[in-house]
Amino acid sequence: MSDKDPALRRNAPKLALHVPEPKFRPGDTPDFSGIVIAAAGEAPRPDTSAPAAETHPLATSLVRVLGDDHRAVGPWDPKLDADTLRKILSDMVTVRTFDDRMYRSQRQGKTSFYMKCTGEEAIATATAAAMSRDDMHFPTYRQQGLLVSRGYPLVDMMNQIYSNKGDRLKGRQLPIMYSDKAHGFFSISGNLGTQFPQAVGWAMGAAIKGDSRIAMGWIGDGATAEGDFHSAMTFAAVYNVPVILAVVNNQWAISSFSGIAGAERATFAQRAVGYGIASLRVDGNDALAVYGAVQWAAERARSNNGPALIEFFTYRAEGHSTSDDPSGYRPGDEAKAWPLGDPIERLKAHLFALGEWDEDRHAALAAEADTAVRAAQKEAEKIGILPQQGKDDIGSMFDDVYAEVPWHIAEQRDAALEESR
Amino acid sequence: MPTMNMIQALNDAHKVVMRADEDVVVFGEDVGYFGGVFRVTEGLQKEFGKTRTFDAPISEGGIVATAVGMAAYGIKPLIEIQFADYIYPGYDQIVSEVAKMRYRTGGEWTMPMVIRTPYGGGIFGGQTHSQSPESLFTHIAGLKVVVPSTPYDAKGLLIAAVEDPDPVIFFEPKRIYNGPFDGHHDRPVTPWSKHPASDVPEGHYTVPLGKAVIVREGADLTVLAYGTMVHVALAAVIEQGLDAEVIDLRTLVPLDIETIEASVQKTGRCLVAMEAPRTSGFASELVTLVQERCFYHLEAPVERVTGWDTPYPHAYEWAYFPGPKRMKTALEKVMAD
Repeated sequence: MSDKDPALRRNAPKLALHVPEPKFRPGDTPDFSGIVIAAAGEAPRPDTSAPAAETHPLATSLVRVLGDDHRAVGPWDPKLDADTLRKILSDMVTVRTFDDRMYRSQRQGKTSFYMKCTGEEAIATATAAAMSRDDMHFPTYRQQGLLVSRGYPLVDMMNQIYSNKGDRLKGRQLPIMYSDKAHGFFSISGNLGTQFPQAVGWAMGAAIKGDSRIAMGWIGDGATAEGDFHSAMTFAAVYNVPVILAVVNNQWAISSFSGIAGAERATFAQRAVGYGIASLRVDGNDALAVYGAVQWAAERARSNNGPALIEFFTYRAEGHSTSDDPSGYRPGDEAKAWPLGDPIERLKAHLFALGEWDEDRHAALAAEADTAVRAAQKEAEKIGILPQQGKDDIGSMFDDVYAEVPWHIAEQRDAALEESR
Repeated sequence: MPTMNMIQALNDAHKVVMRADEDVVVFGEDVGYFGGVFRVTEGLQKEFGKTRTFDAPISEGGIVATAVGMAAYGIKPLIEIQFADYIYPGYDQIVSEVAKMRYRTGGEWTMPMVIRTPYGGGIFGGQTHSQSPESLFTHIAGLKVVVPSTPYDAKGLLIAAVEDPDPVIFFEPKRIYNGPFDGHHDRPVTPWSKHPASDVPEGHYTVPLGKAVIVREGADLTVLAYGTMVHVALAAVIEQGLDAEVIDLRTLVPLDIETIEASVQKTGRCLVAMEAPRTSGFASELVTLVQERCFYHLEAPVERVTGWDTPYPHAYEWAYFPGPKRMKTALEKVMAD
């Protein structure tokens, strides 16, 4: 009998391959009214020691604090004082200003590449506010807000972007692949997903040593399809690791919508429950919800109650990178139609509602951020921009491959220096 | 001095480094309670506890990735991949992360870890229990690659690897875990106890990385080998009555080029032996280096004895393994005229 025996297959329906498609393509009018968005304050807040299974409803719902009236409501309200709220707002504004300036720098040919996080600013900045300064992050290339919030000098970020002599990574890394141990910001890799299980390993180290610090791993919606996502979840669950695993679901992986990563069938948060990991799905454009969720997960991890996954539901408002033109695959005005709005506008409105902010102060904040970014840019560009770099000190290209330069690399260094003469 | 086979020597090396340094943590599949499928980690969990020696999920990618995170934290991972044939799911982490960390961070983050893995054929292991993938690692800048061939070297090299500031891929030729193997599969196996290199000192000592050893001095030709092939090559030159100099490379990266150059410049002939498939194998690198650096001393083309460019077959074990016959043909060729 053949495996295609006509007698057996006569009445069988033809199989069909399903290839997910986003609802809207260029030229379409985006309409997100079909997305179910829980009302602010609606999601319950379980105890931080609750079993993972108890969080299942939270993995399909949406933790939200800021309501349509810009007031904070419900059990996830972290009840932050006005200074903390203003600090988060200020960090977000700085990040957006920084992104805009560096994007322009790339367009002016001062560097080769840049990636903005427009629309996602609340996630990293509110997270940084909710965690301890000495906790370790394993970020992707879109969590620059962590560095800004933790006070990493803007000029150092720019030096890295320009690969100039002030670049602590010595011109070896693509722009924005920052690394700084002192600011708890692990070296960014171009290889997607690799940092997710590494965060688990760091937290395992902390647990082995009886430390009280925790780690947080970051990944995008697209990269959850990598095998490293699965190994991170498995190891985190097996060893009950004090780690927070963050999936930033911004709906897009370059040109692929989240359905290509599996979002048509289940939320990313739901995946965690299957591993026995507590899971939350959170409005990523609501700084208070971000803060509240991270605070919950951090307390859980610190009390040895194990890992948690947080899916931050957001929208990548701009192109994937300076090398990307989103008008080739999605409607130009899709970001404006996004129902969760803009994180900066929402927190600003909240502070207005509290009577802790006004237009004048906001204008002053924006001007201050602009001044700080421009000053840093001026300083960094004085040190150098990419087109001027990579000509002297070619020998340094051969350092740090190993602790000591072995003979074969030393010979190649001599050849490179000879060649450049 | 105690007599040890290679497994016991490796086990002893673990105890030495773990007693000396609380930051050394051992994990991998079945390495904890059970002590490893080859018994290399036997007794470690009992002595050092579950937080320093533990079983891992069957996920090579996860094992290497979590080791990267631990090394970033300050732990010194000494991890095991059960067979080198199964290291590939961890390859992205090894190549993209472990190897490049020091470089891409300007030296701020380093990866002082050792990845041990049994490798090599001659055991009827078929396709996925016999491979020699060392060239996939020697090709990656940032990794050191070590292959011991005796119990004495195994212990000394493993201790040196753990103490080294750079990541080390440590290939253990499983064919010679219990005794040296000269390629004569039709003869009884001799245990390590009959071999002088089974005298393994107690306590701490190191065999330096990057240093080859001349296991037999000679004047007529130089044989470069590592792992099981050291013993195969040694037996072959003795059987053919050649005054050959046999060099055990021990470390492939960084390579001990001085010892190689001095020997080939003295003998004028060179043969390179490895188990791995021929095309783009590490032997090709050795041949090239010898040709580049000893060209005017050479009296004959440099020969390669290698596995064939096929997957490792089960029933054809001895037609595949580069044993005495292939050695003899190559030795005759390199000694002709």
